[in-house]
Amino acid sequence: MPRRDDIESILIIGSGPIVIGQACEFDYSGTQACRVLRADGYRVILANSNPATIMTDPEVADATYVEPLDAAVLARIIEQERPDAVLPTLGGQTGLNLATELVDAGVLEACGAELIGADATAIATAEDRQLFKQAMLEIGLDVPRSGTARHIQSAREVMRSVGLPVIVRPAYILGGRGTGIASTAEEFEQVAAVGLEASPISEILIEESIVGWKEFELEVMRDRADNCVVVCSIENLDPMGVHTGDSITVAPAQTLSDPEYQQMRNAAFAVLRRVGVETGGSNVQFAVDPATGRQVVIEMNPRVSRSSALASKATGFPIAKIAARLAVGYTLDEIPNDITGVTPASFEPTLDYVVTKIPRWAFEKFQGASGTLGTSMQSVGEVMAIGRTFCESLQKGLRSLEQGRFGLNADPAEAATERLDDAELLAAATVPTPERIFQLEALLRRGVSVQAVSAATGVDPWFLDQISRISEERPVLESLAPEAMNRAGWRRAKRLGFSDAQLAHLWGAPETEVRALRERAGVRPTFKTVDTCAAEFEATTPYHYSTYEDTDEIRPAARPRVVICGSGPNRIGQGIEFDYCCVHAGQALRGAGYETVMVNCNPETVSTDYDANDRLYFEPLTAEDVANVIAAEDPVGVIVSLGGQTPLALSGRLPAELVLGTSAASIDLAEDRERWNALCERVGIPQPPGGTATSFTEARKVAARVGYPVLVRPSYVLGGRAMAIVYDDDELSAAIDELADFGSLGREGGPASQRPVLVDRFLEDATEVDVDAVRDHTGEVQIGAVMEHVEEAGVHSGDSACTIPPATLGDEVVSVICDYTRRIAQELDVKGLLNVQFAVKRSPNGAGRSGAAGAAATGADVFVIEANPRASRTVPFVAKATGIPLAMVAARLMVGATLAELRSEGMLPPAPESAAPESAASEPSASLPPASLWGVNGDYVAVKEVVLPFNRFPDADAVLGPEMRSTGEVMAIDATPGLAFVKAQLAAGTRLPETGTVFMSLADRDKAVGLRAARIFHRLGYSLAATAGTAECLRGGGVPVAVEVAKLGDHEGRHAVDLIEAGEIQLVINSPRGRGPRADGDHIRSAAGRAGLPLVTTGAAALAAAAGLSELRDRSPTVRSLQEYHRNLRGAAQRPSEWAGVNHD
Amino acid sequence: MTAPVPALLVLCDGEIFEGEAVGAPDIEVASGEVVFNTVMSGYQEVISDPSYAGQIITFTYPHIGNYGINGADSEAARPHCRGVIVRDLARRHSNWRATGSLHGFLRRHGIAGIAGIDTRRLTRHIRDAGAMPGAFGTADEATLLAAARAEPGTRGVDLVSEVTTSTPYTVGAGPRRVVAYDLGIKSTILSCLGELATVTVVPAHTPADEVLARRPDGVFFSNGPGDPELAEPATEALRRLVGTVPVFGICLGYQLLALALGGRTFKMRFGHHGGNVPVRCTATGGIEITSQNHNFAVEPGSVPGVTETHFCLNDSTLEGLCVDGADAFGVQHHPEAGPGPHDARHHFARFAEMMDRRRAPA
Repeated sequence: MPRRDDIESILIIGSGPIVIGQACEFDYSGTQACRVLRADGYRVILANSNPATIMTDPEVADATYVEPLDAAVLARIIEQERPDAVLPTLGGQTGLNLATELVDAGVLEACGAELIGADATAIATAEDRQLFKQAMLEIGLDVPRSGTARHIQSAREVMRSVGLPVIVRPAYILGGRGTGIASTAEEFEQVAAVGLEASPISEILIEESIVGWKEFELEVMRDRADNCVVVCSIENLDPMGVHTGDSITVAPAQTLSDPEYQQMRNAAFAVLRRVGVETGGSNVQFAVDPATGRQVVIEMNPRVSRSSALASKATGFPIAKIAARLAVGYTLDEIPNDITGVTPASFEPTLDYVVTKIPRWAFEKFQGASGTLGTSMQSVGEVMAIGRTFCESLQKGLRSLEQGRFGLNADPAEAATERLDDAELLAAATVPTPERIFQLEALLRRGVSVQAVSAATGVDPWFLDQISRISEERPVLESLAPEAMNRAGWRRAKRLGFSDAQLAHLWGAPETEVRALRERAGVRPTFKTVDTCAAEFEATTPYHYSTYEDTDEIRPAARPRVVICGSGPNRIGQGIEFDYCCVHAGQALRGAGYETVMVNCNPETVSTDYDANDRLYFEPLTAEDVANVIAAEDPVGVIVSLGGQTPLALSGRLPAELVLGTSAASIDLAEDRERWNALCERVGIPQPPGGTATSFTEARKVAARVGYPVLVRPSYVLGGRAMAIVYDDDELSAAIDELADFGSLGREGGPASQRPVLVDRFLEDATEVDVDAVRDHTGEVQIGAVMEHVEEAGVHSGDSACTIPPATLGDEVVSVICDYTRRIAQELDVKGLLNVQFAVKRSPNGAGRSGAAGAAATGADVFVIEANPRASRTVPFVAKATGIPLAMVAARLMVGATLAELRSEGMLPPAPESAAPESAASEPSASLPPASLWGVNGDYVAVKEVVLPFNRFPDADAVLGPEMRSTGEVMAIDATPGLAFVKAQLAAGTRLPETGTVFMSLADRDKAVGLRAARIFHRLGYSLAATAGTAECLRGGGVPVAVEVAKLGDHEGRHAVDLIEAGEIQLVINSPRGRGPRADGDHIRSAAGRAGLPLVTTGAAALAAAAGLSELRDRSPTVRSLQEYHRNLRGAAQRPSEWAGVNHD
Repeated sequence: MTAPVPALLVLCDGEIFEGEAVGAPDIEVASGEVVFNTVMSGYQEVISDPSYAGQIITFTYPHIGNYGINGADSEAARPHCRGVIVRDLARRHSNWRATGSLHGFLRRHGIAGIAGIDTRRLTRHIRDAGAMPGAFGTADEATLLAAARAEPGTRGVDLVSEVTTSTPYTVGAGPRRVVAYDLGIKSTILSCLGELATVTVVPAHTPADEVLARRPDGVFFSNGPGDPELAEPATEALRRLVGTVPVFGICLGYQLLALALGGRTFKMRFGHHGGNVPVRCTATGGIEITSQNHNFAVEPGSVPGVTETHFCLNDSTLEGLCVDGADAFGVQHHPEAGPGPHDARHHFARFAEMMDRRRAPA
């Protein structure tokens, strides 16, 4: 059955911002789908609010709507574009939920668009737990005993009929949010209440607990001729009870006999057929009672998923790409297997290696979160490792995590485990935590039996026995001197996955010496190929992993090679944005005649798609593993500056002549405080006063000199890890402790523990500004964009909304910022990207106080906070806003191209006439007009807003600060800053109310701007409620306050939590005090979170929201494709005004 | 754990692989034709499958033995293969069905094994150079090379006689009567047939008259080892039976059906040994993922008077045929699975329908 000719255009729904449970795997899937459908001649329309994705690159779809993923917005896109079909199965839970809403609203029917991939009935059957269970029973499959409830009374009845322990799951949620286990009636009360609240339809499923059972998952595909294949089987090391996204999982399944596996396979096909997945990929999860083999179906997802991305990477079978083609009518046998080139996709991949996936968590970011794993997913990223054996892949996976672990223990970080006695350790291991895998090894090494450990943890004895092979090898290795190791000994250790770093730790020898001795013994890694077929057919796709075997499969290359080091597992502060940059580098360099070689270990990403680059090495990003790839590939250079901190940290350990772009020395210069200070002084760029310290005493001296508050932070850390703003000596002492060896950062083994801490005067009320720029080797600098943050300095830049062009900065200030950026680029001899952060302190009288260059006439002082000669998180946002592929440009500059050459190639627009390109020799101009900025000449404003995971960590305070905690971001474009801001809020999941009561409780520093916002709210007819101090300020400014709210402890009057819970508040504006007790604010924000109310935590954001809401009264938001925006980009020269509706009083 | 005993694998073309001895102890030389199988589960079924007589089985999946062995999954009373090559043999197994370890199973049945082998290198070599004789064990390289070169493999050896039953026996309790030629029959086939019929299993050389004397509703020809051209007595019986009673052949049985009708078979470079092979039914266009284990194949277009019903999508190997004007058909793959997918099990029902059509006068 060939492709369908009755449809011409297809709308693909993306998954929106990165959140816990829904990450860049959907960019990988969606990108594949867009490309393959376009290649098939369909017109592809894409809706996705996430600018950091490859799928929203304007070349990937015919029309790309970077718009909020909201049913009403999608309806407008559908009305505008009139697609023949809508494909919702590539956008995760978001895609399915939106498709359901669109069907229910009749939009698809009205516009004549057909849902393909999964129809509404199939989605409902899979998503609604009761329907699903019923369907399973109908086809004779076993499921856990269960019942549903919509209120607590019926929940109790169901619980009694099912019998404790029970598991409670809310309907229509993703990633297991709101799910819990109850073993007692008391626990049940709480868990049921949480579940009812989490479900958008207030419905929970209560079922027999199968905690401790073995967990399996099959990735299945079906075509419209009813051909079904299993792409991959996955077995969880962690038994049932830990969300599969938080489990260590292994492919293929290890402990199922063939009749059991075939029973599962047959069941999976039956599930797809019954649910009604006509075409595409689905995953089906099973639990197996280890004592009896009883198999029960747990759930299925009628769409591509995180595990289908993993399965694609684990097998080489591109599920999303094939799912997209199946959706338009192809059958599996009509689609070739890319990897072999000769066999069809209608087969089942067979592996001759073991794949291990290990999640990465960010508990250290959420003070108060317990760190215990359960049925609600909490991890923010994952790594995958491939080895010929489980031991090898497990150890490779653990060192891929980049949390200071060299493998399965045998490293400095094992000290934490070693401190516990056997009984304590066994007790600790019964509770699933990120540390459990290390505890298992320690227990086995101490001689606790496999049986005892399995009984306590539920981990299958086969996995434990494999782990004990690693444990048993350790004393053998320890008993030998490295010089005494023979070839067989080295080979045995490496085949068990020991890293050189682990061996170096065991022997107390330098890692370089271990490597040298090993190589002298003739033991080097071999690279094998992921080929879907266990070598039965020749593979044409160079997708490799290292192992220690006899022979290597690397083919010589025809063209010069560039190795691109990826960014490793997603984590807060380093995520999809860096993968985007790496993918763009690959595209740019392939286009320029290089063979590109990707090294990365993150299975969710586009970069680890086997056709994103010429060659793919699925390897940990450690010095040892990257050196192995370099040895195998003999590249002309290595790119380390696009993947975030991960590869950058490697730069010093790679041959200096191979590091492309800005030199390792310059990277160091930007990080080394003393030298950086000297640089700024030399070129006349003001910095906030500060200094460095290695102890509390030193830090206190600096603080005494510059005055509190001070910003304390480690160097070489992304995402504001352990960064703090402190207001007195006590807070300073606590902050310094956190950075010391026994603080969480020290435990991670981060380089901060060996480097001084930076202590700087914190500029209160300053506006923060980010700049991304590129510079070529001739010295020409081009500013990518100047971004003004909505939140003031002190909120981590990664957690702040920002706008392009700057919403409130004057042209003169922007000129100063551009000028400083140029000077820094010059001084650091940047070749490629540079990100600079500035703080702009506006003087109340409109005149700069300091005599800093260029500041006198601007009415503001511009301070540089830091500069990083590497890709920043904002690069994709800049590219989407301006139409300039900044990361591609940077990659080309790194291999020697000039900006002038790229302009003549057409990768860059012609130089603006008003500003001739500067040469290295030219004097930096202090008054360069902002016309030289790309992209800001358009007739629109782009706003980036962040998405925070506080709903996953109910015990953590939902307030922004200097430590980054957002998981993802969205972008919104509209004609004015206000409209774009409101749209960005919607895209980030915050629907601002059109009427009702606004509650305000503001810190003193926010009161002035808060008053401006309040005036607008009042003018628009909102009623205001405020705490005493805020109310006084508002009334003083002429804004009536309807309700004055009591403090929490007060006995009289109603306090904010009361009002929120009573549903009397529609919008909460609560900015935390800089110091002192925060209890009120915590409770208010937490109540707002529980009530699902929009929460604004800064005055600036409140003003932006008010401005946007004001404009919405006169017009509706624009819905326009990125291609159209970019087309008009350089036509207009009108610079959008400041927040409209704001009176300059 | 005792210290590993080093062992070598030497192929007849001189390729050498280092490993360690596992399975039956003290085996200096084990020789046979080296083939590879790509299943990820089902090692017990594969090792005990009589079709591997004369062969050394390489498992491409690195971890073998993880779930032990059990009383239900063997395809014959004892393994007939000459040895087992693995990357990693499980020291400890884990599965509720297990009654013992694979290591113990190999020892009990005197099957030698070699572990620690770069099985991917070996597989690629066989893929490119073809299945070939080899020898492994604790002997020195020269001895093993000589043994490999002296090993005839499956060429010119009547392996069916080695594995067939010596006397007839009966299994199953289904309503029909089936006589099954045991050319190396797998017990999963017997249980599939046993659900349909009372099955009398007869030796490979049983003449057709003796079979007809049992008044069967249908006759089945099983899988088995080696070169189909050497199983002449069964082929001779087929010539007589086709057109007289419903006939169903699997694997070797299917190849014999082709030969009996005047077709030709040939030896493939390295055969099909795995559980993931896509086969298309030409009548419906549907695709089944099948279990396969064969080194020989029927030449497409060589068999007169038949309809070619199934093809392998990977390499267009002919996978099934039915005889025009007679109730007789055969498939190259293994619809019974054991191990492998159950997608093609309906062929047994098809056989039953054929028998029922014949029994019930229209």
